[in-house]
Amino acid sequence: MNQKQAELNRNLAQMLKGGVIMDVTTPEQAKIAEDAGACAVMALERIPADIRAAGGVSRMSDPEMIKGIQAAVSIPVMAKCRIGHFAEAQILQAIEIDYIDESEVLSPADDLYHIDKTAFKVPFVCGARDLGEALRRIQEGAAMIRTKGEPGTGDVIQAVRHMRRMNAEIRRIAGLREDELFEASKELGVDYDLLHYVHENGKLPVVNFAAGGIATPADASLMMQLGAEGVFVGSGIFKSGDPAKRANAIVKAVTNYQDAVMIAKLSSGLGEAMVGINAEEIKLIMEERGK
Amino acid sequence: MTLRIAVLSLQGDFAEHESALRQCGTEVMEIRQRADLQKSFDALVIPGGESTVIGKLLRELELFSLLQEQIRAGLPVFATCAGLILLANRIENDSATYFRTLDVTVRRNAYGRQLGSFYTEDNFAGLGRVPMSFIRAPSIERVGTGVTVLSEFNGKTTAVLQGNQLALAYHPELLADHRILTWFLERIVSRGITGPLSNTTPGDTLKARHPRNRPQYRKESTEK
Repeated sequence: MNQKQAELNRNLAQMLKGGVIMDVTTPEQAKIAEDAGACAVMALERIPADIRAAGGVSRMSDPEMIKGIQAAVSIPVMAKCRIGHFAEAQILQAIEIDYIDESEVLSPADDLYHIDKTAFKVPFVCGARDLGEALRRIQEGAAMIRTKGEPGTGDVIQAVRHMRRMNAEIRRIAGLREDELFEASKELGVDYDLLHYVHENGKLPVVNFAAGGIATPADASLMMQLGAEGVFVGSGIFKSGDPAKRANAIVKAVTNYQDAVMIAKLSSGLGEAMVGINAEEIKLIMEERGK
Repeated sequence: MTLRIAVLSLQGDFAEHESALRQCGTEVMEIRQRADLQKSFDALVIPGGESTVIGKLLRELELFSLLQEQIRAGLPVFATCAGLILLANRIENDSATYFRTLDVTVRRNAYGRQLGSFYTEDNFAGLGRVPMSFIRAPSIERVGTGVTVLSEFNGKTTAVLQGNQLALAYHPELLADHRILTWFLERIVSRGITGPLSNTTPGDTLKARHPRNRPQYRKESTEK
């Protein structure tokens, strides 16, 4: 991948900012998401809550099913591959997916190595819990970062923790002396040049979204106020009573995240939210996958 | 007097536009809801993003008719990518339309999916070669009689001017070269020239600045 392609891939993420990316499992759901105002959809066979419930090995979705979703909508379509499974990523690139999510939601294929994303033309988004993970993924070629959160729980606590931690570390790096960056780079296990960028600019060199456990307009507003540039909503929409209405309310809550009066209205009469499980009560901790 | 430019900030790369505007010395305000329209502003920027999302939010947040009225009444508009789609009279591969103030027919995602996104440098009327990033970009398939073509790529129209509206299929806001925006601010916003190009080509009003590509990691900081 050349320099310009890497730039273009980061640019696409910039176009998604201030938007909501929704998990969908069928062309019908994709259409509902697009009509509700999603800026992109994530095509997958089962939403994280069901992956969690079903257990077993979770893999890349059937390309046929992804193509069905690509045909149904005009907005960008993303799909997930397993951590380290570059063959799955090659397949997704071959069907011209707009963005690949190398995702801890699926069963990892490699417990040591992530995909060398610089070898691909198509852009990648990766999950991160802290600045070190984020910069390592960017070094590997990720064009967009999202918090890992704890997917499929409807519990926002991990996403909050990851966003706060990442931004606190960014502030710390920005405040260091130049000559302290070498040690910080060693300590975080990240490339010096990337760390220097964070030091100079006070932000990641790519777009950073919130993901994992976001289920309500208030959750979306919380994450935006904590510094997210947009949100992913996975199980929160199609596990709720009225997906179209909830999806639309979350879209508007992201645009006007600082207007509590509007979010109060948006939060009214949304029907049942996803039941959710507390992140503390679960056995399978997805955020531990891929460091 | 400092110009105050409103950026439609519903979704997309509005922050990049805001940063470019500040670098050009203007005041910036965001439009996110109806109350924001009570302030006065000299021009409107419609950013890149997803036209379906921005178009939908424009209507649902009750911004649509007020802005449409102001554009029709001559409010200067600078639109990129999704912004171009929102202004267009007709969208060839979509039954939806939005402001319909710009007499062009566009095609959404004209170069295909993200794998079709590309960067090039090409001529912009009067400014010489400018860098252009096309991200899942639309193309301008047909233009009406009152519309001036400002740039083309591979035989496809990529930027147009019609009166108070300047619309581009690409994204100068993502790059460090702000000549097109400066031209818009000086000619259309400050001097109120909305006629055809013939008398004042952009080159007359602008000293071409040295275009720099968007720098990378360490370079960006050392150049600061």
